[in-house]
Amino acid sequence: MSASPPGSLGSGQRAKRRNPLVPLKPPSVPPSGRSRAAQGLTAAAALGILALQRCEDCGAVQYPPRDACVQCLSAKLRWRPMRVGGELLSETLIRHGQELFFRHRAPFRAGLVRLDDGPSAIVALHRDCEPAPSRLRVRLVLDKAGQALMIGLPEKDTPDMADDSLIRDTTCAPRARKVLITDAKTKLGRTMVEALLAAGAELVWAGFAAPWKPSPHLDALGALEPVTLVPLDVSDETSVRELAGSIGGKVDILINTAEYHRPGTISSRPGVETARAEMEVNYFGLLRLTQAFSPALKARAADAPVSSTAWVNILSTRALSNDPAHGTFSASKAAAFSLTQALRADLQASGIRVINVFPGPIEDEWNALVPPPKLSPAALAKAVVDALERGLEDVYPGEIAKDLIARFLENPKALERELSG
Amino acid sequence: MRAAARPYDDVVVAAPVTIPYVRHSIKSAHWFLAQALAKLIEAARLRKTDIDGLAVSSFTLSPDTAVGFTQHIGLSPRFLEHVPMGGASAIVQLRRAARAVEAGEAQIVACIAGDTNHVDSFRLNTASFSRFARDAVYPYGSGGPNGSFALLTAHYMRVFGATPEDYGKLCVAQRRNALTNPLALFRKELSLEEYLSARLIADPIRLFDCVMPCAGADGFLVMRRATARKLELPHARLLAAIERHNAYPDDPVQFRGGWALDREALYAQAGVSPKDIDFLEAYDDYPVMTLMQIEDLGFCAKGDGPQFVRRHSFTTQGSFPLNTSGGQLSMGQPGAAGGHLGVVEAIRQLIGAPLGTQVRKARLGLVSGFGMINYDRGLCSGAAIFAAASGRKRGHKR
Ligand SMILES: [Zn+2]
Repeated sequence: MSASPPGSLGSGQRAKRRNPLVPLKPPSVPPSGRSRAAQGLTAAAALGILALQRCEDCGAVQYPPRDACVQCLSAKLRWRPMRVGGELLSETLIRHGQELFFRHRAPFRAGLVRLDDGPSAIVALHRDCEPAPSRLRVRLVLDKAGQALMIGLPEKDTPDMADDSLIRDTTCAPRARKVLITDAKTKLGRTMVEALLAAGAELVWAGFAAPWKPSPHLDALGALEPVTLVPLDVSDETSVRELAGSIGGKVDILINTAEYHRPGTISSRPGVETARAEMEVNYFGLLRLTQAFSPALKARAADAPVSSTAWVNILSTRALSNDPAHGTFSASKAAAFSLTQALRADLQASGIRVINVFPGPIEDEWNALVPPPKLSPAALAKAVVDALERGLEDVYPGEIAKDLIARFLENPKALERELSG
Repeated sequence: MRAAARPYDDVVVAAPVTIPYVRHSIKSAHWFLAQALAKLIEAARLRKTDIDGLAVSSFTLSPDTAVGFTQHIGLSPRFLEHVPMGGASAIVQLRRAARAVEAGEAQIVACIAGDTNHVDSFRLNTASFSRFARDAVYPYGSGGPNGSFALLTAHYMRVFGATPEDYGKLCVAQRRNALTNPLALFRKELSLEEYLSARLIADPIRLFDCVMPCAGADGFLVMRRATARKLELPHARLLAAIERHNAYPDDPVQFRGGWALDREALYAQAGVSPKDIDFLEAYDDYPVMTLMQIEDLGFCAKGDGPQFVRRHSFTTQGSFPLNTSGGQLSMGQPGAAGGHLGVVEAIRQLIGAPLGTQVRKARLGLVSGFGMINYDRGLCSGAAIFAAASGRKRGHKR
């Protein structure tokens, strides 16, 4: 194995491995109770946006989240992106946490910030923020409980700022971590491996099914030192179990790129064989992976110095609303999407993040008939790394996906009709 | 300018009682409140049925409110208040009760507050204290008021130049006042050096800035003066009282409370001015709040609190007697009774029966209440001015 790239944990040195004789620390998560209105913050944080409620009648910006406008009592409060600047008015160093999660982390900083858009907010402060009064950047992130947390960052990036525990707790950076990519035989799989290595992953296991089929991508990856090729066929229970038995206790990030896709309307092909094959990989494959890999991921969520941290699913915008030209594929991705919500609930108490990526059509042979623009594997891989590094939960990479999700959120029925046209 | 409130018509307070505070208790809030009521009845030599008005405050009475408590203790009051306003509850109970006895809707109102403190109840209570706290404070790890008050304290220091020594001087003086109070949980002399070298809890708040949550109860009776005379009860007169909620909502950080908005009305109603006040019972969870109350109640200008502290002495015999029983900082904070502590001490001073040392020539006492850190600031403020019954009649003419 090669040394990890510059800028990784501990000023360029590889993180020490844990002593296997020391029992694993059980993961703890911060308090997760929130009002329904406050879940609007969570939705924004899942996308990596700083959004607050703004009154549609009088324009007043609200925080904490409300059910009626603090100025005019209007109920028309809409979540809107806000400016990310603010002034630190005051700060404290909390030396004793009440909840277990905070006890493990004390002492830590907290500040009172006046946001540029109006309200004051209590924020978790990055260690590099200047003392009050000072300017800072405010970000809305997901904490270990998967709930929104407002954090204050120094106005300009500082060296090693990702090493602050506040950043480490709210992100899933691949740096110094071990990653399993379930299918690396495709262009997307190979690009994903390369992107993860470039982002500082210590080791990537590159899964491959059907060894009799040659793959130039796999051959290229096999030549890279931090990559280990591992046989993995997600449609085969034994294959999944065997791999989990050998590496499951070491995987920090799992990225499920395995996908089966045959274009066509539901009337274009007799029988259910193709649909079944899609379900075998896209839905049952995911289910097999969760059963085999999530127990160890959960157990190592608080491991030190490197912990397990994330599970990434490459879904599709077609999971949100069926694209009839890819009828059964859309259905299998919708089933997978539903399963990821169950997975998220299952992993929540451990603090493992489930990241769902919803690309529009990717540049691959199965979307050959789809007119451009399409998403390149490189752009998709970049979006995955970005989501890990920022700790996002829902990712819509590229213009097509962003257009689709906007149309879906505005009027799902309209989108259904538009896609059927 | 708002319409002035009608002056109080011969309303008095009497029978100050305290159920001794303990750090932790396995008993319930019901037990503490019932004991307070029993002690009121005993102190005033009443029958239970003589109490026809009741005001109750408690954080730990849940799932009951004052309503369930009446059945618990077998009381049938014709006037009932549940006042969930934390450290402002005493003043608010007093104001409600005063108008009730004036209007004849009750003859004797028992104002009681009390809480238990189980080993884990403080954590559980802070976790569910308010919706805003749950959404926007608790996830940030401060767990309870220390973190929020640390932010206010740090801001006040930065903007108005208060020093740790200023806060320490108040804490040391209050501890001195507690030395003669047999009910204070802390009765060991505190030096400024000890204060300054104590560990930090949430910077800049140090150990001795924090009140100790405990179990306990306090109570007093509100009635017309004629009733008190008939019962031959020592009493103090209520001259004026104010309350305010969510004052100055646009201040980005709290540096003042509702007192600043209402103090003119307070002194006008009492017909006195700040310099006439003989002692102050301020709500002292964290000394920064005492400084704000000194300013907002007109004892000095906004921002001059630190200078005021340096200029004065705050023991019972000092130039500005403050929290003469030791305050919550030395007696402990019995939950929602934290604000009653000041009222009962003021009554005791004015009837000449303090727990500790008597303020010399105590004629006029001011009690201030403050409560409910709902999100980033305390929302409820209140204050009342009491006069010794034997004193010359002051003010009160309009
Ligand atoms: Zn409005």
